[in-house]
Amino acid sequence: MSSRDLILGRVRAALTDVPADDLPYERAVQRGYRQEHGERTLADTVDLLAENLADYRAIVHRTDEAGLPELLARLLAEHGTRSVLVPRGLPPHWLAASAAEQIQDRAEDTPRELDRIASVVTGCAVAVAETGTLVLDGGPDQGRRRITLVPDHHICVVRVPEQVVSSVPQALGRIDPTRPLTWISGPSATSDIELDRVEGVHGPRRLEVILAG
Amino acid sequence: MSDEKAPPPTHADAPPPALAEAPTPAPMPGDAPAFVGMPSFPRAARDAVRDTTLRANLRHATHTIRDKRAVAVAELDDWAALREAGRQIKDHTLRHLDRYLEQLEASVTAAGGTVHWAIDAEEANRIVADLVKATGETEVVKVKSMATQEIGLNEALADEGIHAYETDLAELIVQLGKDRPSHILVPAIHRNRDEIRDIFAREMSAWGRPAPEDLTDAPAALAEAARLHLREKFLRAKVGVSGANFMVAETGTLVVLESEGNGRMCLTLPETLISVVGIEKIVPTWRDLEVFLQTLPRSSTAERMNPYTSMWTGITDEDGPRSFHLVLIDNGRTDTLADEVGRQALRCIRCSACLNICPVYERAGGHAYGSVYPGPIGAILSPQLRGTGSEIDASLPYASSLCGACYDVCPVAIDIPEVLVHLRERVVEGGPVTRGGTKTVIRPARGHAAERAAMRAARWASTHPGVLRAGQRLASRTRRLHPRTLPGPGKAWTATRDLPPMPPEPFRDWWQRTNGGKDGLR
Ligand code: SF4
Repeated sequence: MSSRDLILGRVRAALTDVPADDLPYERAVQRGYRQEHGERTLADTVDLLAENLADYRAIVHRTDEAGLPELLARLLAEHGTRSVLVPRGLPPHWLAASAAEQIQDRAEDTPRELDRIASVVTGCAVAVAETGTLVLDGGPDQGRRRITLVPDHHICVVRVPEQVVSSVPQALGRIDPTRPLTWISGPSATSDIELDRVEGVHGPRRLEVILAG
Repeated sequence: MSDEKAPPPTHADAPPPALAEAPTPAPMPGDAPAFVGMPSFPRAARDAVRDTTLRANLRHATHTIRDKRAVAVAELDDWAALREAGRQIKDHTLRHLDRYLEQLEASVTAAGGTVHWAIDAEEANRIVADLVKATGETEVVKVKSMATQEIGLNEALADEGIHAYETDLAELIVQLGKDRPSHILVPAIHRNRDEIRDIFAREMSAWGRPAPEDLTDAPAALAEAARLHLREKFLRAKVGVSGANFMVAETGTLVVLESEGNGRMCLTLPETLISVVGIEKIVPTWRDLEVFLQTLPRSSTAERMNPYTSMWTGITDEDGPRSFHLVLIDNGRTDTLADEVGRQALRCIRCSACLNICPVYERAGGHAYGSVYPGPIGAILSPQLRGTGSEIDASLPYASSLCGACYDVCPVAIDIPEVLVHLRERVVEGGPVTRGGTKTVIRPARGHAAERAAMRAARWASTHPGVLRAGQRLASRTRRLHPRTLPGPGKAWTATRDLPPMPPEPFRDWWQRTNGGKDGLR
């Protein structure tokens, strides 16, 4: 007998006490919890996002669509970035004012090549205000998962208010589970040494978020 | 890493004669090699209590995290409803686990993954070793996973000439220090910064990029040394090995929560990804994640959300690994499932809140539990996964004052005291159990080494004033929440043996009256 059949057989033998008419999933799980915590206007939700992002040491900027190229150019210059990684579908005008060399995200690049690039600029799929979370789903303006991982500086543009939701349940409702997903809440961190929080172990040590709109 | 398998050091001044009189019985199949021959709980706990560094580190850590957790949980006014939903989702899944396993297998396969099934640790290790060998590689990068520790994967791969590099900072500290993890979430919690500096300075060069010459003990400097040491491994890695926090049956999605980014490195840079996951980690639907993504980070790292969560469904063209293997492991889980009282332990989402709140864990330390699962959850999980045949596993259900604090903080409402009492009865009175898929009846432990080990654990827990005082304080705060599960320490034991029951009077009074408990126990 295969281990598969053996395990499934043991599971069935272990569950002989479960009646055939056991409550179906829909009735067994009561969702008495909230779909969001508190009632807020859209503007307040965006403010909460900014607050929670900052609380987990992301650096938050706000601008409108017109101010985006200038702001991005300034942030890249301030970081000393000479080359910036760019996902295929990033709106070209976002980086129009920046002097940094733009390097396209390509499948054939090795991780070692990505490691030589200082910064990456992406959009996001959705942002969660209550937890200060950015969700990336590999869409055209976000690129492969690794490009927001290997460079040490990530600038993420969130279009507000349309990409902002209040809560985790609302975020899950907007995301396609079949896409490769990365949820980011602040720069990478560890508290493994005497519980002292240290920012930046393997992921980008500097996370900047631009709330644009 | 062969020294991990050496028996733990013995202390010439310590063990009373009773400890030496019977060798620990042979381990059950599925024992992680690192824990073979572990001393029973009280003996290991006594060593820990003597180690003042360990005790101070543990106390600092557990108190810090538990206070932060309380704040993070209090932010959500619907916590009780989230906890209840989490319990219901997990219970329902376990009650129909066969169906959900088949559904998961189908959806992972449809998304381009390959599903393997392993009945025990040995089979799981063999599957992983064969998969790695098929790639022609001799090293893998690993993200922290309880399941792979449970099966002793690193040691098994080493035997096949494959190096497994742990990439979680704490796991790196443990691996370089030739040590064992002591906490689910912060496995190197027993090491302070000087020790970590020394380990890095001494050991990194043997594994790859050496630590910088001028390495200090500042946490930021230590983290930087780890970043540099590991980056070179990430950039060249062709095979990644992970566990998973959740697997979604309807979509085939796997979920890993982490903080450092080493998880993302292992999950996205290699060409081949092998995930080793216990069969109980399933949730039925995508929507179910809305519960656990709220309760797990707050319960474990006390954050609104952990820095990084990765979710992947099979393979994606031109993004991440080109082949994905899911190894589903049983290794005692179906035996645990067969116990109607004990099966709730399989709801565990490994948040470690129960460790941080536990007065026994705080004093005994993680190593005393003789398994990769320490603390209250370990005390109910290990004896079920492995059976209660060995001294350590027979003594674990007694490593508790039954104060109930673990139940209160558990985000899936596992009634740990209830299971502890149930397992005590199994040890003392024997009864029906399922081992290796076969129903059997175990005899009472009476007169066996296991009984004596259990007795000593009970005595240890009841003679440590700190344990009882802390336990009582917590219990009196929470008792009304679980009246059914607090029969008092040692109840199952005292029904048949001469250990006195917990006095009804306040502990401090009893302590005074009985000369520090000594008179009360003679
Ligand atoms: S038993 Fe509960 S509190 Fe303990 S680790 Fe598991 S889920 Fe967390």
